[in-house]
Amino acid sequence: MARVLLFGRLADVAGWREREIDPLPDSLCGLRDLLGRDDPLLAEALAGRGVRAALDKALAAGEASLTGVREVAFMPPMSGG
Amino acid sequence: MIRLTREPFDPGEALNAFCSQRAATGAVASFVGLARGTGASGPALELEAYPGFTDREIERFVAKAVERFDLQDAGVVHRIGPIGAGEAIVLVMTAAPHRRAAFEACDYLMDYLKSRAPLWKREFGPDGGRWVEPTEGDLADLARWA
Repeated sequence: MARVLLFGRLADVAGWREREIDPLPDSLCGLRDLLGRDDPLLAEALAGRGVRAALDKALAAGEASLTGVREVAFMPPMSGG
Repeated sequence: MIRLTREPFDPGEALNAFCSQRAATGAVASFVGLARGTGASGPALELEAYPGFTDREIERFVAKAVERFDLQDAGVVHRIGPIGAGEAIVLVMTAAPHRRAAFEACDYLMDYLKSRAPLWKREFGPDGGRWVEPTEGDLADLARWA
């Protein structure tokens, strides 16, 4: 089981910011497919340019494995200042 | 020193504190970003952070700036949550023996914060909220340091 978090416009598109996913797919790619299965707009947003993922608060490189991961965050392009 | 705060802060007070007890420092540079008013009532913008991640990522980058520009110290104060027009959003402070490194590191840190810090900004205008993403200009600014 893992907590999935959406930030910025991803949360607006999905209509949720946080969700428990159980069981968690093995890969980031599998998780994206699962989240987008019933929500084509979210599927498109997650595949969008500049969307990054963090696994247990560390930036994920490419299609990382989710084995043992407790928290997955999807983050659209960042902008502070 | 990194501080993310939901409350308005006084940039002058933070800068004074940063400047104190610095017998070995010759230069402190600072930058203050303010929330521009858009004519809408209520907050001008809202910033979302990822607690436990945003602070650590900014800290990591500040450490990189300290190393790259050989700074004696650097500090960032960043607002999160709703922010009213005219309020300070961000304060960057850098301390070095001489001015060039302090100026450049301040510029570098702001370019990073604009396009790479894990913060998500929504601006409120007369037509409602709009998520802001880095502009071509912001990305070109960041590329200067590559």
